[in-house]
Amino acid sequence: MQGGEAVAVTGASGAGKSLVLRGLADLIPNEGEMSLAGVNRSNMSGPEWRRLVTYVAATPGWWAERVKDHFSDLAQAKELAVGFLLPEDIFANPVAQLSTGEQQRLVLIRALVQGPKVLLLDEPTSGLDGKATARVEKRLDKFLQEGGSILFVTHDGAQAKRLAKRCLQIADGHIEERVL
Amino acid sequence: MTLISLSYWDIAFAASLLVINAALSIFLQLGVHRQLVISAVRMVVQLTLIGFVLLKLFGLVSPLWTGITAIAMVSFAAYEIMSRQERRFQGVWAFGLGAGPMLFAAGLVTVFSLMTQIGADPWYHPRFSLPLFGMILGNTMTGISLGLNTLIANTLRERNAIEAQIALGHTRVEALGPVIRQAMRTGFIPIINAMAASGIVSLPGMMTGQILAGVEPGEAVKFQILIMFLIGGATGIGVTIAVLAGAYRLTDERHRLRLDRLKQV
Repeated sequence: MQGGEAVAVTGASGAGKSLVLRGLADLIPNEGEMSLAGVNRSNMSGPEWRRLVTYVAATPGWWAERVKDHFSDLAQAKELAVGFLLPEDIFANPVAQLSTGEQQRLVLIRALVQGPKVLLLDEPTSGLDGKATARVEKRLDKFLQEGGSILFVTHDGAQAKRLAKRCLQIADGHIEERVL
Repeated sequence: MTLISLSYWDIAFAASLLVINAALSIFLQLGVHRQLVISAVRMVVQLTLIGFVLLKLFGLVSPLWTGITAIAMVSFAAYEIMSRQERRFQGVWAFGLGAGPMLFAAGLVTVFSLMTQIGADPWYHPRFSLPLFGMILGNTMTGISLGLNTLIANTLRERNAIEAQIALGHTRVEALGPVIRQAMRTGFIPIINAMAASGIVSLPGMMTGQILAGVEPGEAVKFQILIMFLIGGATGIGVTIAVLAGAYRLTDERHRLRLDRLKQV
């Protein structure tokens, strides 16, 4: 993948799309060589690799009670939240009060503020309305322009076309590349 | 003080209490009468056998046979821990995570006590070492069993939270920290409760046994306090090792969460 490039991953449910992303993030044992900007994955520790190649799961996970305790850079997170149409005071709330759509945007912000080089996004906008989706896509576009790369799973063909020029279609254990 | 010797009739008469229980279970359709009878029979057979074994061992005073008996006790305890786990590790880890820490913790504390406070001669004399080891082992087993159960159950429950942290580049220690601490706390609860309640809510079995056998209450109490400290020490060592080793096994050197190392249900 090139810096600044986005690639869509499509395929039926259960075809193994998430598995591919999780493998790339080194979250599950996998074989195959991977390198980022010339540095081989095996020369980095797992956490080092994942800070650069960050996977955002479709099911959000929270480990503290308050929203604000999940962000390495709260000031930047607040800025991004406004852009994502989230209420400003959301960071003071308990996680249990968040809606699905809010959680989805917040976990993306959580990954973005760490400054990764590659984002692996598992259905990043599945719970969002059109307006919020547009805002998220706009920010992802900016991430690409700054030289980042995105691999994202989507069931939305239009979204795949908006963000990516290439698409990986997964079916029956095969990966097929298509130009969008 | 005279030692009260029990006749077989005395014991059989006491067993009638369990018969009443079994009758109640049938009458109230509780469905526990089978288990009740089986475990009662097991208890009688196991204790009778250990009585003979101890008699034999006390005559031998052999370090080898005392050691073999201790290992056998650890094996039974490890099997017990394994079968109490709702979700257990695959392969030898299911057994080893119980057996290893138990053997180390209970063994260390027993030897420590035999060589210092008890001062038995020889130090491994089975009359002292085996009952002491047994009491320490039984309590360590409960702690480790609870600790491991909590570790695995909470890791599964908090799976999304843990994986989210790992995906963001947190280390396995950071990601599993809260779960590890909770598991250790849970492992400590039985001994904390036992210490807090002893003397008020419960009169510990060993102490009452000594008193019934004619020992002065003051001496029996001192002995019981010693045992409580030994149990506390062994539980702490055992739970810590077992939970940390379990957490180590639930993750790998690349800081991945390895739930695939648990036995599938």
